[in-house]
Amino acid sequence: MTNQIELKTDPYNLIITGVGGQGNVLASRMIGNMLSGKGLFVTIGETFGASQRGGSVMSHLRISAKSSYSPQIAKGQAHMIVAMEPTEAIRVMATYGNPDVAVLCNTRPIQSVGVIAGEVNYPSLDEIRQMVNELSASSWFINATDTAMEEMGNPIFGNIMLLGALAATGELPLPRDEFESVISRDMSADKVETNLKAYDMGMEMIGGAA
Amino acid sequence: MKTLLDDNKGARHLLMGNQAIARGALEAGVSVAAGYPGTPSSEIIENLADISKDRNLYVEWSTNEKVAMEVAAAASYSELRSMCVLKQNGVNVASDFFLHLAGAGTRGGMLVVPCDDPGALSSINEGESRHFARQLEIPLLEPGDFQEAKDITKWAFELSEAINSVVMVRSVTRLSHGSGNVTYGTLPQDKPEARFKHDGFILDEKEGIVTSAPVAYKHALQQQKLKVATEMFEIAPFNTYTGPEKPELLIITCSACNLYSKEAIEILGLEDRVGLLKMATTWPLPPKFMEKYLSICDNILIVEEVIPFLEENIKILAAELAPKIGVKNFHGKRDGMIPSVGELNPDLVIDPLVKLLGLEYNAIDTAYAEKATQTAFFGAPNRDMTFCPGCPHRASFWSINQVLTMDGREGFVCGDIGCYSMATMPTGFSTVKTMHAMGSGTGIASGFGQMEQFGMDQPVLAVSGDSTFFHSVIPALINAAHHQSDITLVVLDNSGTAMTGFQPHPGLKVDAQGDEAISIDIKAVCESLGAEVRECDPFDFDTTQQHLFELIEKKAGLKVLIMKQACALSPQKKGFKMFDMLVDDNKCLGESCGCDRFCTRIFRCPGLIWNKEKGKSQIDEAICTGCGICTAICPEQAISKTEVAA
Repeated sequence: MTNQIELKTDPYNLIITGVGGQGNVLASRMIGNMLSGKGLFVTIGETFGASQRGGSVMSHLRISAKSSYSPQIAKGQAHMIVAMEPTEAIRVMATYGNPDVAVLCNTRPIQSVGVIAGEVNYPSLDEIRQMVNELSASSWFINATDTAMEEMGNPIFGNIMLLGALAATGELPLPRDEFESVISRDMSADKVETNLKAYDMGMEMIGGAA
Repeated sequence: MKTLLDDNKGARHLLMGNQAIARGALEAGVSVAAGYPGTPSSEIIENLADISKDRNLYVEWSTNEKVAMEVAAAASYSELRSMCVLKQNGVNVASDFFLHLAGAGTRGGMLVVPCDDPGALSSINEGESRHFARQLEIPLLEPGDFQEAKDITKWAFELSEAINSVVMVRSVTRLSHGSGNVTYGTLPQDKPEARFKHDGFILDEKEGIVTSAPVAYKHALQQQKLKVATEMFEIAPFNTYTGPEKPELLIITCSACNLYSKEAIEILGLEDRVGLLKMATTWPLPPKFMEKYLSICDNILIVEEVIPFLEENIKILAAELAPKIGVKNFHGKRDGMIPSVGELNPDLVIDPLVKLLGLEYNAIDTAYAEKATQTAFFGAPNRDMTFCPGCPHRASFWSINQVLTMDGREGFVCGDIGCYSMATMPTGFSTVKTMHAMGSGTGIASGFGQMEQFGMDQPVLAVSGDSTFFHSVIPALINAAHHQSDITLVVLDNSGTAMTGFQPHPGLKVDAQGDEAISIDIKAVCESLGAEVRECDPFDFDTTQQHLFELIEKKAGLKVLIMKQACALSPQKKGFKMFDMLVDDNKCLGESCGCDRFCTRIFRCPGLIWNKEKGKSQIDEAICTGCGICTAICPEQAISKTEVAA
């Protein structure tokens, strides 16, 4: 299939990372479906099963107007990292980062069991910001989970806010109507409404137009 | 409309590899599919079960993989198309029947679809199913991308019917769980009818009895079928070559490694220097096709995962063809160019290309790489796997561990595969001491139970999940009962096959298609063996520990304790909180309490965290599922629970 969409770079390599159970797989599928719906070639690489149980998880999205790519990104080749958990952004950059990478980061920490048990230290948000900024060309930090819990009563909407925020960065063509059309396939009308609200809130969080 | 049912020829969807395989089976007109859940294979059966009513399929989660293969075979013998789906370990379980199946032949097209897990991303070994194809002398196909996952599945049914033999289509985690664009064909409209013919001439494959005897005749026939398959492989559209006419180096690859190899060539800009031969028909290799491409280059790199299966088979052919094609320099797993363990990725194909062609390649700027690695070391604390918040296993192993510690005779637990495998780790208080195949915990315990004759006086426990109980614990339990092994089996009954995504099993009142099913009562099965059986709720620490104490105190015989509490991710629990939890700052003494952070240091629930600023423990509202069990572990009773109004 040929199409007219020009990506910032082709292929565009997006990593969505977080902790098992946060909704990584669903988020990557939504984004994948939105981009595939626009006629782009999309490959998503992910693993689930054991890694889901509180471990670090990662989805690799390969987006291209020309052809399909492997489900794993090569070292140092990420263009954008979306982190549902802030320290996961740092972990991912060690393998896939480069001086030009962009990072969109949810600020709500999830303590690993090692941190909970007092065996390892969890950095402060200021430290995390500094580390991310030093290793990336641009970064956005949004308090998605807390906002979702406070204003929508469920942390899971934080993922949709991140998606809205990702759209607002302008890095990828993720328009609101495509989002609506993707979620309308599996959701009831009232759920679509709530998710659109979360998407808009996410956009506003980094100064995008709702 | 459900994505898999889109009947517009040429429609393009983003499908998971497992969905692509399911769609291929639908386009081929599959009627029956059976399997046992196992990552990364489970979504094939799940997706087919989901549309079973729309397409008049019969889809089941069988008790184990051997039974699944037998169920699928029955459909083939009834002249329907069928498939058996399993993970690599499942092929071992089914292998006894598999050998018979290969020898006896099939009628309706039949596929066995193993999904292997190179790198053991969700396994405890890197088992490999391809060698079964060679050992059992059946054709093997390996899709090299998502589109092929669909197309090859469809084609394999035709191959199976052309030669009356079961065909293996093998996937791997990165294909099964990855997603890519797939263009659809059409769905057949005919309604196949089942009929088992058995009164024909005894050697008639289509109408005689179904068996692998007489062996010499059937074995020869099977090899004849393999020859026909090889001829079909010579012209199969799925073996492809991309690259120059005379490359400096020829990569021969298969499966997901095709995508890594393609990418490595692109990243290094080697399109004019390196050829890529992607093989989909990996057993038996088509000799004429191979001769053509082995002739274009003397330097060959074979890129594949797990065992050097392709490599060895190519080398055998190359030896036979040597008078025609000359001597070749082979690289791959056997000379260490490709790692011999773990899964591959584009970087692991770039490495040998750089070495063999004398290139320079720096994936990441050195200064950046050093800084990023160092930053991750300090900035990204390790995340060990853990039982989920609200997981009944945490409570169960807490009690088992407490009782064995207080008992003081160095008792131990034999375990096996499932979420409860993690009880070998701190999240399960390192309670489980042996871990092997499904059901092995009980079999091994049965053996340990006989060690008293040699002076062993340690209490012996086994643990089993509810699905595992049906899968393979029952024979081991019968063995223990019959030989009067003094063991205690703890059944961790969480109402589903939790690890793989909560598929139903024979203990439940519902089947894969959502229909009502007869549930088999674990308690009644155990009682029928003469075991002393008790049941408890692991969230009730006191009662659970009391039962366990009493059971392991009793010397003689088989004892079973069924700990019943649904998985925290089960449909009936997910998203529902039983209790609002609170740590009372006035009661929690923090660092100054004599408990030395007992709740967080030892109990390690992800929902109960340590607040560094306050120096006290705290509930993480976004994570806690409100199971309420942590109230029992605080010596100061600082953790309280309030029932959430329904």
